[in-house]
Amino acid sequence: MTSYPYRRARRPADRRLVGGVATGLADHLGVPVLSVRLAFVVATWFQGVGVVAYLLLWRLLPLQRPELSPGLESATRRGLRGDGTRTGPTEIAQTVALGAIGVGVLLLIQATGRGLDDGLFGPLLVAVVGVAVVWRQLDDVAWGRWMRETRGWAFASRVAAGTGLVALAAIYLVTKEGGWGAAVSLASALVIAVLGLGLILGPWIVRLMGDLSDERRERVRSQERADVAAHLHDSVLQTLALLQKNAHDSAAVATLARRQERELRDWLYGNDERPGDSLLAALRSAAADVEDAHHVPVELISVGDVPLDDDMAALARAAREAMVNAAKHAGVDRIDVYAEADGRAAEVFVRDRGRGFDPGTIADDRMGVRASIVGRVERHGGTASIRSRPGEGTEVALRVPVRAPEPVPTEGPPS
Amino acid sequence: MTTLRVAIVDDHAMFRTGVRSEVDGVLDVVGEAEDVESAVALIAATTPDVVLLDVHMPGGGGIEVIRRLHVRHPDVRFLALSVSDAAEDVIGVIRAGARGYVTKNISGSELLDAITRVAAGDAVFSPRLAGFVLDAFAGTIEVAQVDEDLDRLTAREREVMRLIARGYAYKEVATELFISVKTVETHVSSVLRKLQLSSRHELTRWANDRRLI
Repeated sequence: MTSYPYRRARRPADRRLVGGVATGLADHLGVPVLSVRLAFVVATWFQGVGVVAYLLLWRLLPLQRPELSPGLESATRRGLRGDGTRTGPTEIAQTVALGAIGVGVLLLIQATGRGLDDGLFGPLLVAVVGVAVVWRQLDDVAWGRWMRETRGWAFASRVAAGTGLVALAAIYLVTKEGGWGAAVSLASALVIAVLGLGLILGPWIVRLMGDLSDERRERVRSQERADVAAHLHDSVLQTLALLQKNAHDSAAVATLARRQERELRDWLYGNDERPGDSLLAALRSAAADVEDAHHVPVELISVGDVPLDDDMAALARAAREAMVNAAKHAGVDRIDVYAEADGRAAEVFVRDRGRGFDPGTIADDRMGVRASIVGRVERHGGTASIRSRPGEGTEVALRVPVRAPEPVPTEGPPS
Repeated sequence: MTTLRVAIVDDHAMFRTGVRSEVDGVLDVVGEAEDVESAVALIAATTPDVVLLDVHMPGGGGIEVIRRLHVRHPDVRFLALSVSDAAEDVIGVIRAGARGYVTKNISGSELLDAITRVAAGDAVFSPRLAGFVLDAFAGTIEVAQVDEDLDRLTAREREVMRLIARGYAYKEVATELFISVKTVETHVSSVLRKLQLSSRHELTRWANDRRLI
């Protein structure tokens, strides 16, 4: 469950058509993006409110880059992943159609004479497009490393095109006002030029300042990562040495390889979580311990997660006990663990395809099952069932309700 | 039955060799490729029945290969194969059109079985993929409004997915739910279709939200 103190609207950098304003707002408000776009278009019919709002939000909402695990970030850098989610052709077509209708209605309003002064309408339209082109370009530059990428043909030509459009609008405006004296027209031309420059460079300066703090954060993070990488490389070397020493013992080799794989995988694609953080983290560490102690791979699949409180800790311990039992008694080469948590309950299934047993007999020879699995879960308001038949494997199903977070934290759950 | 023709696309030569030695003799390996460009050329030239496709690869990854070929060669089926546990990327490749996902530590016989299934037009859901899919749809349901009924899994499909995630083979799922294996396959295919149709917006949201957990 996501819980954060306050939500901030952001413009997602990886899926936007123009500025990402509509997509960001749609995400924030939980409405379809098309309706947000429609709202902007309709608002534009009323004295251009929509366009002004869009441009303001473009400036005010921060651009959000997707945050990735180190493995994915590196894969992205090396071009191993594709450019993620692209904007679909349907969405582009819809938006273009919407825009065309918007402009059409605008022209209609102009034609009926209720809109803006004709001398203003044309240049304003051109200027808005120009500003959009330039800003988008600046966004994209910030999106990459702006120092290196402010070069190149595409960049230059697009900025030139944008600036040209703005300048064109300005000149058009000035010549329209042709009746004024030379001094006045020069002054207004200057004012417009300065305004235009401000429009174009302003966001750049703002972004530059934002970038500096981004860079700082990135530096701290990459130092942390370098430390972890160094640690991992050490442990890989250790593992390789151990593998050579234990080359004759295939079970030990498999366990060593698996442990190393787990560590690398966690670092590359996982979250940096600790066993006390959540149910899933606790199960992961339990699975790792069982693998190490009993040389049986444990496949852990999970859907959702909940923070670890007393109930969930009990569930994790019961699941661990079930894994240990499977590893010890079932005689299998693989244990499947599936954990699912939603807001109401958490369930864990531990399954093996091994020897199996008659559940009726467990009271006598397997004290562990009754006390440490069933009893433990039931004390925390949950249920446990064990399905097994000789020769057909065993499945332990555990279910514990998730305590509603509303009351004041009772038994000191980790925060 | 004619021998299935397979192409292996992966940027690690060692892995390609390993897979080749596992399937050679049973299947006809028509070629290997190590990046997007060579893969597209190879597949267009040989039109294999099944392409074993790595998720992460130079040139834009497996997703790019499918994007470039899916329209022109709709008969070529893709089975994604990866060491990465990055849910976003695995779901991405599936959504682009791959009919299944298996991890690289899969055993030789399981891989053969998966290839045969994919070639027959079925979907291959490993426990991990079933987990990713449930996660995707659960995240979707939590944030989406009521108007996206099409995107949701039916209770039965969810049940099937959960059993697969719990490590049940299709046959075991069928026994558990008192339905035929064919029906299980139908449910799985329908989940795949929903996944490939459901709106991009919501799955991206899911991916974003997921990182915040």
